[in-house]
Amino acid sequence: MVSNLPAMGTPFVLPAAGLAQIFPSLQRRGYQVVGPAVRGSAIVYDLLNGFDELPAGWTAEQEAGSYRLKRRNDGALFGYAVGAQGWKRFLYPAEARVFEAQRNGRAFRILNDATPPPRYAFVGMRACELAAMAIQDRVLLGEQYSETIYQARRHGVFLVAVNCTVSAPTCFCGSMHTGPPAQAGFDLALTELVDAQRHVFLVEAGTRQGAEVLAELEAKEADATVRQDAEKAIQAAMAQSQRRLRTTGIREMLYGAFEHPHWDEVAARCLACGNCTMVCPTCFCTTVEDTSRVDGSQAQRWRKWDSCFTQNFSYIHGGSVRMSIKARYRQWLVHKLAAWIDQFGSSGCVGCGRCITWCPAGIDMTQEVAALWEQPSAAPPADLRRVP
Amino acid sequence: MAVAKLEREAAEANEMLPRMARVAQVRKETYDTFTLALESAGGEPFPGFAPGQFSMLYVFGNGELPISISGDPEDHGRLLYTVRSVGKTTQALVSSQPGDGIGTRGPYGSHWPLKVARGKDVLIVAGGIGLAPLRPAIHYILRHRADYNRLIILYGARSPRDLIFRKQLEDWGRLPDTQVLTTVDYGGLSWTGHVGVVTGLFRNVRLQPFHTVAMICGPEIMMRYVIWEMEARGMPPGDLYLSLERNMKCGIGFCGHCQYGPNFICKDGPIFPYHEVRSWFGRYEL
Amino acid sequence: MGAALSGASRGFEESAMTLDNLVNTLFEHPFLQGFAPEHIDKLAAMASEVCFRKSELIFREGDESSFFYLLLSGKVALETNMPGRTLRIVTLGTGEELGWSSMTAHHSKQFQARSLEETRALAFDGVRLQHACDEDCRLGYTLMRAMLRVVAQRLQSTRLQLVDLYSPLSAQVG
Repeated sequence: MVSNLPAMGTPFVLPAAGLAQIFPSLQRRGYQVVGPAVRGSAIVYDLLNGFDELPAGWTAEQEAGSYRLKRRNDGALFGYAVGAQGWKRFLYPAEARVFEAQRNGRAFRILNDATPPPRYAFVGMRACELAAMAIQDRVLLGEQYSETIYQARRHGVFLVAVNCTVSAPTCFCGSMHTGPPAQAGFDLALTELVDAQRHVFLVEAGTRQGAEVLAELEAKEADATVRQDAEKAIQAAMAQSQRRLRTTGIREMLYGAFEHPHWDEVAARCLACGNCTMVCPTCFCTTVEDTSRVDGSQAQRWRKWDSCFTQNFSYIHGGSVRMSIKARYRQWLVHKLAAWIDQFGSSGCVGCGRCITWCPAGIDMTQEVAALWEQPSAAPPADLRRVP
Repeated sequence: MAVAKLEREAAEANEMLPRMARVAQVRKETYDTFTLALESAGGEPFPGFAPGQFSMLYVFGNGELPISISGDPEDHGRLLYTVRSVGKTTQALVSSQPGDGIGTRGPYGSHWPLKVARGKDVLIVAGGIGLAPLRPAIHYILRHRADYNRLIILYGARSPRDLIFRKQLEDWGRLPDTQVLTTVDYGGLSWTGHVGVVTGLFRNVRLQPFHTVAMICGPEIMMRYVIWEMEARGMPPGDLYLSLERNMKCGIGFCGHCQYGPNFICKDGPIFPYHEVRSWFGRYEL
Repeated sequence: MGAALSGASRGFEESAMTLDNLVNTLFEHPFLQGFAPEHIDKLAAMASEVCFRKSELIFREGDESSFFYLLLSGKVALETNMPGRTLRIVTLGTGEELGWSSMTAHHSKQFQARSLEETRALAFDGVRLQHACDEDCRLGYTLMRAMLRVVAQRLQSTRLQLVDLYSPLSAQVG
């Protein structure tokens, strides 16, 4: 260990092979490393044991309703855009036990669960994913109450960000002001530079913990050329054609578009399968299941991911408020892009484009919003007394 | 030791863990509606609540539901919950026996504007079981009677056998400066009171807009028509307060189920001044 | 005790009000808001003050009663009889109207009306009212508009009562 830690924000350069050291460095500190890997026919985030599990030389072609793994003509470790799911399934697991209770005569008592939460190190976080995590922080870590399962895992997670040098056609982080470069919130940030001559990483520390890990890698201070190359690579990602979403005034537009005829048009295509909510890195809706053993001696409460697209999400008094698919799609979109702003002070969308890729009907949220913009509802509200 | 303390703190900070309570009494209000009286089982008294707030009540291994607190906020020993049996968890609640353990979380949510209403007439309009979340407000007003001007209670239910708190309504009606009018959608020969919709009772009320705060709770369609009627009689939207309801799984703003436009019913509501939800209220499939 | 008249109406007494009182009472009744003074005078000439005892039946289902009442005090319930029970479906009180159907072509009552407490009203013979409207079109127009208001409000309330909005399973209609 060097006595002088690398200064935060100072870029260092590291040969690609040298990045392998990051695994033992993190594991020594008690982290379980999570990173991208090829699993089946997609690049997903999973627990990794070693450097060689990273998807070297792989990329993915993404379009609306389509995802195809493709081989690259180089050995880039992070030469793709976002994977199928984000990191939320580690911080906010799809199924988590909230408590276990035991019968105690006619009463019961809650059993203390002393299992410590896992400590994760995320390697390969994209700027949009960092932004999504910050958004979920605002939702789940409140002033009065915090979501304790998320809080326990979120606290102390080690973040290794990767600045995107490619983007997918489904990306629109530019519109949502969340990328491609990772601005803050990481412990370490990497920019990959790969061509015929070299394969290196530009690394910078964003926190003291990051600096400590960086000190254990054989990195040298980066010279101006490498720094410029890294900038150019990130700009190349920005320049690649991305979809666009017009965000200025979108809150008022969507609130006013409640009766817009376009919703019926989308509803005719939407299957209400909920894929978009499963892959969205900011969707947070959950349901609670209370179960008990057949003999009634023990009970558990589980918290599970839920989706506003399910028919009984809004069930009350013997029926659902949102019976039609139209109402459910509208709820998701208007919540994500408008109501979220009132609730949490920012848009709920980071422009990762997963909902576009993974929709089996190929519904493209940016196109739907564009359609709503194009013909803003000209009709006055049905009840003139109710002024929005 | 340090670890145990952290664990205890973590457990205390976990708002999803119910606190133990014990059923002290189950009182039948109507053929399908019962009032549960809960006592704290942990030795510590219940936290206080403000009229209009609700708790999440947990039946071991069965489920958890948001139920409005329906008792006197100044009775610190017991919390009352008036429950209508309509499904598996409400059925379990109303069939519980004194001594049974029930989990509680809360109280949560916003409350009736009892401070804002000081010095004014209070108009309470309730439909069906909607009278239950309003009863704590009535208790409070009666305990601080000099702080309020006239108290007017308009209550409607489907039929005489669906009326809750009948005896109390009669008692309240006999108090000075208090007007209680009850109506049913239909009645039998033994019912000599009003028959007709709640909005019909307004013709018997001398309303003083700008000097009245209205608190409304009942089926959403009923609240729509009541609000319409009151606006037609000159009540400003900011003086009308309603209690809204949506599906809830957590009660603390994380499960996302109770959203109503940009509002979370569990933390921004359930009580709202009408002008704040006006543009959302009545929107179909919101 | 009042003398029985043709039709099923009972309980008429000789008018205890002076004409002036009658005119004032009419002026104050909500039904006649907006009526011109000369129309009020015409109506006053046709009005009879009536009083029904507690639990007295004012008219029965099927009655050809053609009286229209402006209620001054008390309470009246409209009832319908079914095998095994009688249901009260609406109550009417001070400032309201009873018997608007006497102004339509078909007079026979579809419900029965019972006075729930001592009820005072001003009664108008529907046939006379209609003749007065035929002769004075302005009066007729004003009266019809007022009737329409009453019927519309009754329809609105009845619709709400129909919806069974207190039922938790109202969504499961099929």
